[in-house]
Amino acid sequence: MGKAKKTGGRRSGMGKYVVKRIVLMFFTFFIISTICFMLVRLLPRELPTDKVQAAAIQERWEALGYNKPLLVQYGIYLKNIFTKWDFGTSWYIQFRQPAWDVLTSRLLPTVLVNLYSLLLSIPLGIGLGIFAAIKKNKWQDSLISTLVMVFISVPSYVYAFLVQYLFYFKLGWLPLMVYSINDAGGSWLTGKMFHSMIAPILALSFGEIAGLCRFTRAELTETLTSDYMLLARTKGLTRGQATVRHALKNAMVPILPMIISSFIGIMGGSMIIEQIFSIPGVGQLYIKSITLFDYDVFMMDSIFYTFIGLLANIVVDISYGFIDPRIRMGEK
Amino acid sequence: MQDNKLNYENIPLEKFEFVHDGDRISDKKFEDKPISYFKDAWIRFRKNRASVIATVIIALIVLFAFITPLFIRNYDSRFMDAYYAKKGPRNEFLSQFGIANGSVARKFSDKGLIKAVAIGMGAEDHEGNGNVTLEEGLASKYQPIIEGSIGEPSITYDAAKKEKKVYGANIDTYLEVGFMYSSIEQSEYNDILRYQEETGIQVLYPLVADNEWNFDALDANYWYKTKKGTPVYIDKNGKAKTIEYGEGMVLEDNYVRDADGNPVYFEYTGGGSFDTAQYKVRVLYYNYYQYKNGFTPQYILGTDSQGYDLALRLADGIKLSLLVAVCVSVVNFIIGAAYGAIEGYYGGTVDIVLERVTDVLSGVPFIIVATLFQLHLASKLGPVACLIFAYVLTGWIGTASRVRTQFYRFKNSEYVMAARTLGAKDRRLIWKHIFPNSLGTIVTSAALSIPSVINSESMLSYLGIVKLGTASTTSLGNLLAEAQGIWTNYPHLMICPALVLSLLMICFNLFGNGLRDAFNPSLRGVEE
Repeated sequence: MGKAKKTGGRRSGMGKYVVKRIVLMFFTFFIISTICFMLVRLLPRELPTDKVQAAAIQERWEALGYNKPLLVQYGIYLKNIFTKWDFGTSWYIQFRQPAWDVLTSRLLPTVLVNLYSLLLSIPLGIGLGIFAAIKKNKWQDSLISTLVMVFISVPSYVYAFLVQYLFYFKLGWLPLMVYSINDAGGSWLTGKMFHSMIAPILALSFGEIAGLCRFTRAELTETLTSDYMLLARTKGLTRGQATVRHALKNAMVPILPMIISSFIGIMGGSMIIEQIFSIPGVGQLYIKSITLFDYDVFMMDSIFYTFIGLLANIVVDISYGFIDPRIRMGEK
Repeated sequence: MQDNKLNYENIPLEKFEFVHDGDRISDKKFEDKPISYFKDAWIRFRKNRASVIATVIIALIVLFAFITPLFIRNYDSRFMDAYYAKKGPRNEFLSQFGIANGSVARKFSDKGLIKAVAIGMGAEDHEGNGNVTLEEGLASKYQPIIEGSIGEPSITYDAAKKEKKVYGANIDTYLEVGFMYSSIEQSEYNDILRYQEETGIQVLYPLVADNEWNFDALDANYWYKTKKGTPVYIDKNGKAKTIEYGEGMVLEDNYVRDADGNPVYFEYTGGGSFDTAQYKVRVLYYNYYQYKNGFTPQYILGTDSQGYDLALRLADGIKLSLLVAVCVSVVNFIIGAAYGAIEGYYGGTVDIVLERVTDVLSGVPFIIVATLFQLHLASKLGPVACLIFAYVLTGWIGTASRVRTQFYRFKNSEYVMAARTLGAKDRRLIWKHIFPNSLGTIVTSAALSIPSVINSESMLSYLGIVKLGTASTTSLGNLLAEAQGIWTNYPHLMICPALVLSLLMICFNLFGNGLRDAFNPSLRGVEE
């Protein structure tokens, strides 16, 4: 009974904290997107060279209030979002499609590539990290640590080049780029599509594995040398038991939030990998929207990235509170 | 012991003596010199072998960036030659040892090989006699096929089951450019003639007739008679017979000849007066390059996709990347230190307000800041300045929060209170007493921010969000972007910048880690 009451108290404290963080997050999000909107709308807009099309777009802009004062434009923008969920229109990338649709149609490829890469790198990264921590200061550890140093430092596009060179030009196992959806049978989930996605998945995973491995090793070596491990061993647990049940469990406390935030981060994806492997995802959309001056889409993509970043941040902080019983957030 | 304890009340007076009879008590001076915080860090840094090696490599890369322009005296980084773009490393001294001879291994069909060999054969025959043998041609100084690199042909069969010979050979990509047509003025023509006489280097070669035997009238390398690109000779009956590659091969020339049968070297193409008259001539580009510039084409790392010297471009890129990175980390260091110090020292409402500001700023994804800065200000301030501004806008937040934590830790400690009691002002407390405690951590974070700035800078210029590639500036990311799509044929375009970039990243990370360990006093003595 007493215990239940205690946790109930903690939960409500956490609840308050979570609400506070979410309110603050939306406040921050609102400020950033406002500034972003102002700056984007201040940019001179480009018209296509085709005169008929240019006149048509000009008229649409006039009707949509793009030539009104900035604050009025912002009012219209907010009104459209809240009443119609309308984040503006794409004028060049997909002519007159809602920006929201343009973005969401590109979400799936980005998510898939990053999800596959995470599913590959989480077990490998954590496994290698545990191995290195157990073999601390032996040659296996030095080897892994050196490799991790190299793999963390080398930029992801260098891996992309290496993967392309090795698996496409030398061995011919993988295609150079990700297939378009029509080539792969009309779906993002076909085996053919997966085959063409292996190259970007690999290129993304090297850095991810190295990062996770380093983090896991650092956390686990710390817990392995702590006093409770000594106690566990004196109680008669074998080294394996003590490592798995005590050290690993405690080491996972900071690792889990990191993984959770990675899962949110998969929506953002990696622009450079998408560009190199021509994945029609969110990152490529961002680059396209800049080069084609499609500012409504750019705005949409920007606030999307902002939102993902803030969300990942807040989820990490909150999940710490749930996972680690020592942290009691929101309690005085 | 027992006795003393029992008798301490009755110690006889004569057993007492003054500790310092007549002397003043003062602290003894240390015999050896005190070790300062930074000296201590330096001692520990030196012991970290990986970091020291990394530092040396960084120094070498920086040295490369600054010294390369001094070694290349003939031209500067703006010198470019479009015909020698994307070529591999070439250096006459090193080519004696078989490296950096500008060559690539390639597979040739029969007619492809003849076309390459014919450049050397044609170069030997500036008088237009048309009787150069294969052996003479192969021995020519201008022979693109590297001597003795032609292997035995392997036979393959194409789709129509026709036998095809494939030769493997190494070809000098500079000499492969061979001949080309050029339009020059009268004065330049005279100049070239004088140059030829003075140096003995032949620039002008006979023009090729534009007839049925000329496969491609725009390609000056087809000086011999061909039928659809296959070299032929005309037998007595006027019939074309195919020539195959082999010993004693002689190609039948297709030069324009005047009434006397002498080859023609120029063709009037327009212009009225003596000065403006234009002539079409056929030049051997390797020698024309020497005539124009006064030196032979030698690029130690080859040329980039536009024809600039890759070594100089690389040096420029390294300089730019380091300039941006160092500027950014210094400015962030200063702003972060000041901001964090104010936050941490004053605390309370000031802290809450300032923290909200950093909350908002840190929520903005960097890529959006960089993009908006470029879109708004690049035309006014230039892309590099915009890039630095973008980094500075959010980059100092990490430093500020580190300094803030340190201030919270130390501002209520006894020595600070003592100093305050003695009348020290806020400013003195902040900078003299508390701030030095956080110096180690922020020096480390500044050092570690350098690789991340280099990385994201190269990423942004690779993606084309920041346009740094002009005639006078380039960045490593820009070089990589230019190599994209073509690097599989010209690997040096990608390998050089990618290698430098990766080395810089690895070494700066190792350097930063070494600093972190060195500045962490709790690790003192752990290594021994």
